[in-house]
Amino acid sequence: MSFSAIFVQLLNGLASASSLFLVAAGLSLIFGVTRIVNFAHGSLYMLGTYTAYSLVQWFGGGIPGFWSGVLLSGVIVGLFGALVERLLLRRLYHAPELLQLLATFALVLIISDFTLWAWGPEDLLGPRAPGLAGAISIAGRRFPEYDLFLILLGPLVLGLLWLLLTRTRWGTLVRAATEDREMAGALGVNQAWLFTSVFALGSFLAGLGGAIQIPREPAVLTMDLSILSDVFVVVVVGGMGSIPGAFLAAVIIGVLKAMCIGIGNVHAFGIDFSFSKLTLVVEFIVMAVVLVIRPWGLFGRSQGAPRAASTEPPLNLPSPALQKLLLAGLIMLALLPLASDRYTLVLMTDILVFALFAVSLHFIMGPAGMHSFGHAAYFGLGAYAAALLFKHVLPMELALALAPFAAGLGALLFGWFCVRLSGVYLAMLTLAFAQIAWSVVYQWDSFTGGSNGMVGVWPAQWLASKTTFYYLALVLCAGGTMVLWRILYSPFGYGLRAGRDSPLRADAIGIDVRRQQWLGFALAGTFAGLAGAVYAFSKGSISPDALSIPRSVDGLVMVLMGGIQTLTGAVAGAAVFTWLQDSISRQTEFWRALLGGIILFLVLVFPQGIAGFIRERWEARSGRSEA
Amino acid sequence: MTVLRVSDLCKSYGGVQAVCNVSFSLDAGEILALIGPNGAGKTTCFNLLNGQIAADSGSAEFEGRSLIGMQPREIWRLGVGRTFQITATFGSMSVRENVQTALLNFHGKLTSIVTLAGRLYVDEAMALLERVGIAAQAERPCGVLAYGDLKRVELAIALANHPHLLLMDEPTAGMAPTERVALMQLTAELARASSIAVLFTEHDMDVVFAHADRILVLNHGTLIAEGKPAEVRANRQVQEVYLGSGSVYGAAHGAEHA
Amino acid sequence: MNALARSTTVKILQRSEIVYILALTDRARDGGHQPPGTRSESSVDDVNLREKDMTLRRTFLLGTAALAMSAVFSGPAAAQSTIKIGEINSYKTFPAFLEPYKKGWELALEEINKSGGLLGKKVEVISRDDSGKPGDAVRVAEELVSRENVSLLMGAFASHVGLAISDFAKQRKTLYIAAEPLTDQIVWNKGNHYTFRLRPSTYMQVAMLVPDAAKLNKKRWAIVYPNYEYGQSATAGFKKLLSAKQPGVEFVSEQAPALGKIEAGAVVQALIDAKPDAIFSSLFGADLQKFVREGTQRGLFKGRPTFNLLAGEPEYLDTLKDETPAGWYVTGYPWEQINTPEHKKFLAAYQAKWKDYPRLGSIVGYSTLMSAAEAIKKAGSTDTEKMIAAMKGMQMDSPLGKFSYRALDHQSTMGAYVGRLALKDGKGVMVDWKYSNGADFLPSDADVKAMRPAE
Repeated sequence: MSFSAIFVQLLNGLASASSLFLVAAGLSLIFGVTRIVNFAHGSLYMLGTYTAYSLVQWFGGGIPGFWSGVLLSGVIVGLFGALVERLLLRRLYHAPELLQLLATFALVLIISDFTLWAWGPEDLLGPRAPGLAGAISIAGRRFPEYDLFLILLGPLVLGLLWLLLTRTRWGTLVRAATEDREMAGALGVNQAWLFTSVFALGSFLAGLGGAIQIPREPAVLTMDLSILSDVFVVVVVGGMGSIPGAFLAAVIIGVLKAMCIGIGNVHAFGIDFSFSKLTLVVEFIVMAVVLVIRPWGLFGRSQGAPRAASTEPPLNLPSPALQKLLLAGLIMLALLPLASDRYTLVLMTDILVFALFAVSLHFIMGPAGMHSFGHAAYFGLGAYAAALLFKHVLPMELALALAPFAAGLGALLFGWFCVRLSGVYLAMLTLAFAQIAWSVVYQWDSFTGGSNGMVGVWPAQWLASKTTFYYLALVLCAGGTMVLWRILYSPFGYGLRAGRDSPLRADAIGIDVRRQQWLGFALAGTFAGLAGAVYAFSKGSISPDALSIPRSVDGLVMVLMGGIQTLTGAVAGAAVFTWLQDSISRQTEFWRALLGGIILFLVLVFPQGIAGFIRERWEARSGRSEA
Repeated sequence: MTVLRVSDLCKSYGGVQAVCNVSFSLDAGEILALIGPNGAGKTTCFNLLNGQIAADSGSAEFEGRSLIGMQPREIWRLGVGRTFQITATFGSMSVRENVQTALLNFHGKLTSIVTLAGRLYVDEAMALLERVGIAAQAERPCGVLAYGDLKRVELAIALANHPHLLLMDEPTAGMAPTERVALMQLTAELARASSIAVLFTEHDMDVVFAHADRILVLNHGTLIAEGKPAEVRANRQVQEVYLGSGSVYGAAHGAEHA
Repeated sequence: MNALARSTTVKILQRSEIVYILALTDRARDGGHQPPGTRSESSVDDVNLREKDMTLRRTFLLGTAALAMSAVFSGPAAAQSTIKIGEINSYKTFPAFLEPYKKGWELALEEINKSGGLLGKKVEVISRDDSGKPGDAVRVAEELVSRENVSLLMGAFASHVGLAISDFAKQRKTLYIAAEPLTDQIVWNKGNHYTFRLRPSTYMQVAMLVPDAAKLNKKRWAIVYPNYEYGQSATAGFKKLLSAKQPGVEFVSEQAPALGKIEAGAVVQALIDAKPDAIFSSLFGADLQKFVREGTQRGLFKGRPTFNLLAGEPEYLDTLKDETPAGWYVTGYPWEQINTPEHKKFLAAYQAKWKDYPRLGSIVGYSTLMSAAEAIKKAGSTDTEKMIAAMKGMQMDSPLGKFSYRALDHQSTMGAYVGRLALKDGKGVMVDWKYSNGADFLPSDADVKAMRPAE
């Protein structure tokens, strides 16, 4: 690359960074103050783009029409965000941790279907920005004027936010709440109003970030999720809650991507390497590196202990009644093939697989207190290990038996880094590793089959019938679930919970919390791998989506829906979520919105999760009968 | 027999000497109080000994082994038990299980995934709870316990590794006066019965002068006095330091120890 | 109400009935077991609270029971009075392409049933969304085959989903007609006895563009493609075919942005900096639109002939409106200009039914279902082996003209329109187009045989 080429690529990177920063700043503000991991932030961004498209069309071309349309879109999305906060999230601040995440996930589904309904399926390419539609010459190259405008907009918004946060009373309150929520509460801050206004501002920034995209890219229905992971990366790399951090991170990632593209293909030491292909995963590599070196991002600070630390309910051995119930459940599952058709067995096999997957995720999220956004990595590693072993060397039975250990090894490797972090940072590092693993699988055509995946991964002849395979899945998945549950009651499990309940105390009684967590992580990864291996053979094929973000999110949703504070919650969540997806996608075209609505309903009515709700009722009843 | 020997311990934060050239020693069965006004360096000194922060210079030897640079959990392995100013227990476990967890680790069982933890070392755990007087609450979850009882749970946990040294950070903070006396009496009995050396920091001078065998007084990071309660009480410098809050100790203690 | 909707309603009714019956029995049982005197002992509030609790819990338990019951009992219908065809697609993942696709097969379904159905029976298409996941696709495929007793499967958009269904079809010995997946693998190195594919594959569409590319005799080529199997195959195919026709051609830059996430400014800049004489792209969708906008603004396309697979398809072209890059060489579907009688007939019927113009997806949906119908008609049966035998070499009439399914590799010879883009009345159109027959752009039979696994 010539110097002028490097310079222009730098400008390209900065232009991309600006739009990323706007959206990320909103997310960072919201997280800093409310501690909500807002999955719907990408959806707000998408709404911004679509709204701007319509408004600009409606207002007609010309400079005033365009810019008022863009600004108004931001305002509309901001108001929508405030509404969401007041009507929905407000009810969930006292719910178990991460439940707001489930609510915002439901919003993603609903907003996505709403956008499809309101604007239709086709991509909508908005007009170029009037007054900035041309290009000027920089370093002998034509450079779009609008990109120059974006380059200036980023620092401008950063400056305005800085003034707002440092020079106004509101900003002081926001900063106080970001640093220490309890203290801000004690200072007499009207939290309700503060939260609403922060959510509104964050949503406004997301909406504006979406709106200013219309001269650059079309409004498409997938933009919500495609930007979501990017902005999370920016926020986490910068340090959650830090606006300058978000800016720096956006610049680093934007410029790095542009440089990778600029460098293109490199031929050195007899190897061809495409930096252009690296853009698939470069932001996640940046995030992994930053988090390993700086556990709270570039400008972030250690978050205090999560507020749920002292509220974990006791974990008692299942009562005899519950044991009987579980046994009865198992017997029913074992008898199911007598009374059901083939498809029920297939669906049940799926449910069993996802139940084990969710239980293994709950194992580290609940009792071990490590939130993971990348648990699909181990599910996928197990699935791919099974497929690869089966395709290349081993009979199916052995491949199935060994695959979980491959996943376990992966978890051992990634986990070593992850357990050094905590809270959202830990979760995001798991996500980074999952994405890196995903990109390798996605790219390595000759070994993993690349994006098309691998086919012909069918069980051995004697296991081929759906009934036999169902029993195999039942034995392995129910067995795996039992083993994981049992481990929680073992000394190892006590050590894990000790590390979650009070790291200080655990340390003081000689427990190596990190090692305990590390082994726990690997154990959970192994069982996720078992689920993945069973999955691969149940489907006959495997593709990279087995370790993609949506798979990880599915796991999270299952655990949270079922109730993170109950052991059986993950199973209930997996069953209900899988069943819902299967059945309602048949009933209506807008099944995603319906699914989102059902999840919202569950979140509001059973904030403690389905299993948590049942347990509460159970305890209330037995408590009454004792009295 | 000397259990703990500290010499010339120093720690500074950004040019401010938090702890400066502190030296003292502690014998088995002895109860030593570390006092001083707020900001005198008590907590820093304490955290230097339990491994939470690293010293700039100086040494701290426990039974002949240097504690400097060790992790808290390594220090625990040597036979040091701790309690915290704000109790730290495992909220999702019962009182008995809290103690069992400590015992499990003491017996090196924490990587076992086979047995049911709740059935291991039950007698030992109950014996410890018996010693601190809360065996009756063994099955209650820690989350619902009264604060005084939690302090006792912590003591039982701290005793699980048969420590030769107990480090207690403000052991009676947040407790009712009668409870304070009871807890410290219990501690003293345990220390004497098992020859455990106890080092504690404390704000409540009643507690200090009633139970400490010896007292160290810190001010601005340096040791300004050391000796038996009576000697310390008579120390001019100490009186000056405590003049502002002297009422606590002057009047009340004069009467009590007369 | 069409047949599909009707069958769904029946199911819902069955389910709600089960819930209702369960509710009744539960209420009766509960009443019977109510211990006498309970009420008088508790306060009124207590009773209310308790009742509320009970109701809630009961509702929940009932729900669960109903789920279990419906899962167990909603087995296949007893007698098959219709021929059922299972259709699987990622409707929610790729709505822009698949809504017209659905309209296409719905039109075909209507026509088939109007003309008396097949083998004297009405035809019913049971359609399922796979949420874009191969695992889900395989599950719903199993549902369609075992619970709905469909005679054959059709559909799929993304290649990995298509391959998963294809392998499932092989395992379950079920006929599968892949509609949209472009991957060469589905009929070649991962091809199987049970899978046929309608659309011209990546290789074929690339091959259709190569003659024009070779004619230009440009030396330095830059390539941009979405970084997954389709883009990789298109690029590999283009390089191989062009090199064969034009020895000494150079490929000076390759950009592989992630699907849907192109950094268009940087990519365009990098391509300009490589100073190519011509450009080959396989971008589509939002990536294509961003690429066009940035490329036009930065002058990438000036003096550089550009080839882009699929860019002439209305799904992608119409979004570009007045920014359509004139002069591009593309494959596509100039629906408003095709004057063959078979297309005119289709166009009229489609516009009458949907009050909308067809996209290429409409053709794909329509022709896939028509292929299935033809296979059943020709086989005279819904027996899988008979249908497969019928489909081998089967001749089809379609809106795009006649084509056949090759016995050799089960690939259809349906072609594509190759032409150039132009601007007309503020929107993009194809000009100088011709229909390239798929049969002319396939590798030799020996090559295909070598690639396809032995059956």
